[in-house]
Amino acid sequence: MIPSKLIDEKGLRVDGRKPEDMRSYKIEVGILKNADGSAYIELGNTKVIVAVYGPREAHPKHIALPDRGVVRCRYSMASFSVAERKSPSPSRREIELSKVIREALEPAIFLEEFPRTVIDVYAEVLEADGGTRTASITAASVALADAGIPLRDLVAAIAVGKVENTLVVDLNGIEDQYGEGDMPVAMMPKLGYITLLQADGSFTPEEFERGLAMARQAIYRLYEGQKKALRRKYLEIAKEVSEGG
Amino acid sequence: MPVYVSNRQIVVPGELLAEGNYNVNGGFYTYQRKYFSKILGLVEVEGNNIRVIPLKGKYIPSVGDVVIGKVVDVGMTNWTVDINSPYVGILQVTEVFSKPTSISRSSLSEILNVGDLIVTKVIAFDYSRDPLLTIKEAKLGKVTKGTLIEITPTRVPRVIGKKGSMIKMLKELLQIDIIVGKNGRILIITDDPEKETLAILTIKKIEREAHVSGLTDRVRNFVLSRLKGG
Repeated sequence: MIPSKLIDEKGLRVDGRKPEDMRSYKIEVGILKNADGSAYIELGNTKVIVAVYGPREAHPKHIALPDRGVVRCRYSMASFSVAERKSPSPSRREIELSKVIREALEPAIFLEEFPRTVIDVYAEVLEADGGTRTASITAASVALADAGIPLRDLVAAIAVGKVENTLVVDLNGIEDQYGEGDMPVAMMPKLGYITLLQADGSFTPEEFERGLAMARQAIYRLYEGQKKALRRKYLEIAKEVSEGG
Repeated sequence: MPVYVSNRQIVVPGELLAEGNYNVNGGFYTYQRKYFSKILGLVEVEGNNIRVIPLKGKYIPSVGDVVIGKVVDVGMTNWTVDINSPYVGILQVTEVFSKPTSISRSSLSEILNVGDLIVTKVIAFDYSRDPLLTIKEAKLGKVTKGTLIEITPTRVPRVIGKKGSMIKMLKELLQIDIIVGKNGRILIITDDPEKETLAILTIKKIEREAHVSGLTDRVRNFVLSRLKGG
């Protein structure tokens, strides 16, 4: 169903959020036993699992670099992740997003500590409702930290967009499809560096500035959730031990 | 010049540790004269000393480490050994025999074949080439008996304990032999299957609870209660 209005008279969006609200999220760490590091994120209806393997021996050997490690990233959408079945073969969009996610993560990783090795990042989208690339980046950095890979900072990402001439944070599927603009932003929050900035649609310079500030607010919130999720596993064991005697 | 973390706190990558004149060790980096953690780890703060201990991670070879490896390939003059690391170990023929010997490939696999486990030592590693191993020293060589278990390599120091206290306690309490490889592989040698099971359970417990204080006492109580319970 296509809503006739993406923002109603009260200024609320299709799912009842205010323009500056992001969807509720949940991050879990270490959900996959066989991966070196893993994370699961829910951002509204968007659900993504990320698995990290490595650093491990580079295969095929020729992709290895003598002075630093290599990051390989695969973003893929499950065939059941969207309303109309998606063909499981990697689409043009998925190949591009794999590169975009890799480049958003690379600045955070101390790759020079692992020459001649590969770090594999697999992001599997289970359900897509807008913001899958940003959710993948957010979860991937948590999974990298869970794998014990040295990072300069965690990377958190969120999209801002323009819907009926209003700037909104964290677009959902409908807003993404029928809105006028979409601008995903990924940051290393503690250091204040932006590692990904894309935009489609049109933004005035003033809208861009304001959009970036809104994204930054949401990114700080996600960052808190990332930190909490990473610590939770270890704190739970500590609690269990102190209770069990 | 404050310290922003407390003793035994769990830190995440990018977390600010301290600012100013401190002696920081382990998984950290400096940026704009501030110390940041670069790993998910546990901090130890003692006066001016701050240490960031990783909770998880891969084994990176270091010269002098005793590791447990598995032979994965037999070459013309060497063996390729999996040492549970991103880098594969190379064991040259010259590091097996003390005297110069000439042998053909077929006899190489008679000495060590694919699938064999060896206790070995890293003698050279500089990232640009694969680590070189030796089995020429005492206590090194092919593993003939025992059970192998694997833990996260970053937890090995806790299994060994301060100056070997933990591993010594385990060996004494259980009356068994344990060989700990720095790469997270541990060999348990005993004829008693019950003691073997208990040793595995204990080591897994150490791995799981390594970041919670009071580990040695907890492990001693665990082993004693299990021994009594039969």
